[in-house]
Amino acid sequence: MAAINLLVNGTRHTVEVEPSTPLLYVLRNDLDLAGPKFGCGLGQCGACTVLIRGEAVRSCVRPVSQVQNVEITTLEGLAKSGQLDPIQQAWIDEQVPACGFCQNGQILTAKALLDKNPNPTDAQIRDGMKNTLCRCMTYYRINAAVKLAAKRRNA
Amino acid sequence: MTRNPSRRSFLQTTGMLVASAATISLEGVEAFLQQAATPAGPYPDIDFLQLDSWIVIRPDNTATFFVGKTDLGQGTGTAFRQIMADELDIKFENTTCIMGATDTTPDQGGSGGSDALQTDGYPMRRVAAEARRVLLDMAAQHFNVPVTSLAVSDGVVRTTIGDTADREVTYGELIGGKKFNVTLSGRNVDATTGKAPLKSVKDMPNVGRSPRRDDIPAKVNGSQRWAVDMKVPGMLHARHVRPPMVGATLKAIDEASVKDVPGLVRVVSRGNYVAVVCEREEQAIRAARQLKIEWTPPATAPFPSSENLFSFMRAATPSSASEPSVVGDIAAGFASAATTIEANYDVPFQGHTSFGPAHAMADPSNGQLTIYSNDMKSYGMRAGVAQFLKIPKEKIRVVWMHGPQAYGRTAADDAGFEAAFLATELGRPVRVQWSRQEETAWDTKGPAYAVTMKGGLDAKGQLVALDYDARAADFNHVGYNEHDTVLISQLMGQRKTPARGRASYPSDKYGVPNRRMAGSVVPMPLAWETPVRMGNLRDPDGPQVTFASESFIDELAFAAKADPLAFRLALLERGTGDDAGFKRARSIACIKAAAEKFGWDTRPSPKSRGTGDIATGRGVAYAYRSETVAVEIVEVDVNRRTGHVWVKRIVCAHDCGLVINPEATTRTLEGGLLHSVSRALHEEARFDESKMLTVDWVTSPTLTHADVPERIDIVHVNGDPNPNRPDLRHYGAGETVCKPMLAAVANAIFDATGVRMRRLPFTAPRVLAALKA
Repeated sequence: MAAINLLVNGTRHTVEVEPSTPLLYVLRNDLDLAGPKFGCGLGQCGACTVLIRGEAVRSCVRPVSQVQNVEITTLEGLAKSGQLDPIQQAWIDEQVPACGFCQNGQILTAKALLDKNPNPTDAQIRDGMKNTLCRCMTYYRINAAVKLAAKRRNA
Repeated sequence: MTRNPSRRSFLQTTGMLVASAATISLEGVEAFLQQAATPAGPYPDIDFLQLDSWIVIRPDNTATFFVGKTDLGQGTGTAFRQIMADELDIKFENTTCIMGATDTTPDQGGSGGSDALQTDGYPMRRVAAEARRVLLDMAAQHFNVPVTSLAVSDGVVRTTIGDTADREVTYGELIGGKKFNVTLSGRNVDATTGKAPLKSVKDMPNVGRSPRRDDIPAKVNGSQRWAVDMKVPGMLHARHVRPPMVGATLKAIDEASVKDVPGLVRVVSRGNYVAVVCEREEQAIRAARQLKIEWTPPATAPFPSSENLFSFMRAATPSSASEPSVVGDIAAGFASAATTIEANYDVPFQGHTSFGPAHAMADPSNGQLTIYSNDMKSYGMRAGVAQFLKIPKEKIRVVWMHGPQAYGRTAADDAGFEAAFLATELGRPVRVQWSRQEETAWDTKGPAYAVTMKGGLDAKGQLVALDYDARAADFNHVGYNEHDTVLISQLMGQRKTPARGRASYPSDKYGVPNRRMAGSVVPMPLAWETPVRMGNLRDPDGPQVTFASESFIDELAFAAKADPLAFRLALLERGTGDDAGFKRARSIACIKAAAEKFGWDTRPSPKSRGTGDIATGRGVAYAYRSETVAVEIVEVDVNRRTGHVWVKRIVCAHDCGLVINPEATTRTLEGGLLHSVSRALHEEARFDESKMLTVDWVTSPTLTHADVPERIDIVHVNGDPNPNRPDLRHYGAGETVCKPMLAAVANAIFDATGVRMRRLPFTAPRVLAALKA
């Protein structure tokens, strides 16, 4: 066990855990954040995605000791001043989720994608999102919502 | 007052409603709203014959509906509010709906069979209509006027006659804070009714509108609390160790191998069931990885390899056979045929491979047992756990909470039983979480099918004889939370007579003068403790059946040199098997609607081939399920160099009767269509003779964003031959669309390439090999 310092959604936390503990379990079990989900523990599906320095990172395979004192953003931290992020709003307007379990990863992966490339082509969206899985198969609506969000962000 | 979604989510997910003897108490509702403590029990059944069990109206003129269903992401909860608000005559925005908590909502069986609106929507409408009737009676007494002189809208009753006209009283003023105390009638929950008649559809303003799904905002902003998020003080974390070879017997556990794992509370084993329980989740993961166990391999292989599955199934001795369905004289039909063709179709086992592995949390506090779960059949779990642990049902409640994609997986809710067992063993709350490898390998599977089709055409190309003979590996079908069928009880050695399973028949309205449909079930060598446990995978076997029947119809059209869509239309028009639901007429209407939307060009398949890498083709397939009809047309690109198939366009004409919420229905169908595309192109549970080989997303691929279609068009058809019928019924939507897609894709590949794919899935290597053959 060691004291680990984390900066999550603008708040500093210190937790006593094994340094090798994947970030996901600390976020979920110690910081009580429900956005990131356990889907595979293998970095294959995207359920556990968080943003670290603008990158979509899979928290299920990232040791907590490696992400100390860097800004970590979870789904809960995406809204600013009570305003949903335009991507979240697009998800509501397109009525994207079915069960919704994967949408944390979809939204945060789309956020990282659009922050880097504000005007992605359809092919770039497909490629950028392809490793973030959805078993309800809401892909068609996600694709539309990413385009809607891009349009609104650029307006 | 509008209950906002996060509030509503809280209501659903905590389920902290106090049940009185048989109905929801008003104090309970308000305590619930104030986040009161978990009730100590006991937890009697909710009496569906009490109006108070279904509807609570508050002084502020808001209503909460209590229904025994679960919403798996289709928006059924929103649809229930639409139809109940309309029957009650209250503002949709002033309603909330609580679902699937066994001590809070009447037992409507949870979810399954796409029957939420088709079956359960009717008692919901009737009780809401009865509440309206009772409230109007109360208003009549209140104003001392005849009921017939009253008008009501948005929960406000108004007088309309004479000097006393235009006086108003709200539902909340009439009954808020009080009980209805009205007894309903009905021999079972589906038949529950009061005295009030249902409204005409034209008087239901919310029907056919698409209010946004009320569960979505919390799922998008991160505030939703899911079953995976349930925590209580003192809760422990459990993970499993499964046998490395299927059918292996536990010989010895080396507990010393985990003695250095911090937070280890106990290694629990019974029979071949093994769990490690730790204070923290990552500790349990480590302990499960580290625990050394000696297993004795089974004497005989539990199953053939998945590569040899179909030769095994075709040679095996069936354990049971279904009664054949026969029309005309099949032998005479074939004798009269000018051309006879025959083909075999093979569908492998396919897993649910839920995006979120199985999980549940059980809390044994107060000598009771509360199970927090995403079990779609929470009532079945309550009964099953009571039998499994041999404790009275009244001591158990199951609180349904949102969870990952279910589609039948949580109808065999292994994790709920495991959490209940471990919590009882340890006397502390225990959260069970399956690993990805465990879920992909050990979840329930859709049964494999090996089908032989034979058809005869006369000299004019008319279908005169059609034979369907299916072998289903559906022996030991689980999926109803029976206590002695879930994995933990199998591993503990509990045995019951295995469910025989079934081989299902095609569902179409084709007119074929001589037709036989026959089916049998074949067992695998190991019936128990196997990862090829059959369960209800989305339909649960229509996709397999329809892949064979609708691929073969295309093969017959090819033999008859006919356009495959026109060939189907002609078969439907020859049909005579009409029923009260007009399925044949509705099937014809859907075929025509799909063809029109797609812009179908009438010609035989395959189309003349180009020379480039990409060959494009289109295919059609059709089926019905219960009363709902679906016709699907897809366009595919087949890469001749790589074998990769892209379904780039989908048109689905769908008739599920009265559509309550068109947008939510559309999205549900889109998801079902794409899930079926994934099953057509990617999904197969693969195994060697001792273990599963598909254990994660690399070994068990799925459709991804890369292959999302360019366009999907859903056409909601009202194919009722009498469109003026005032009260068209609402049928199920969800599973029907899963049936035709596998064949539609195969038919499109044939149209593009002239190559007929008869074995699923159409992976790139398999398609490439077929192209080169």
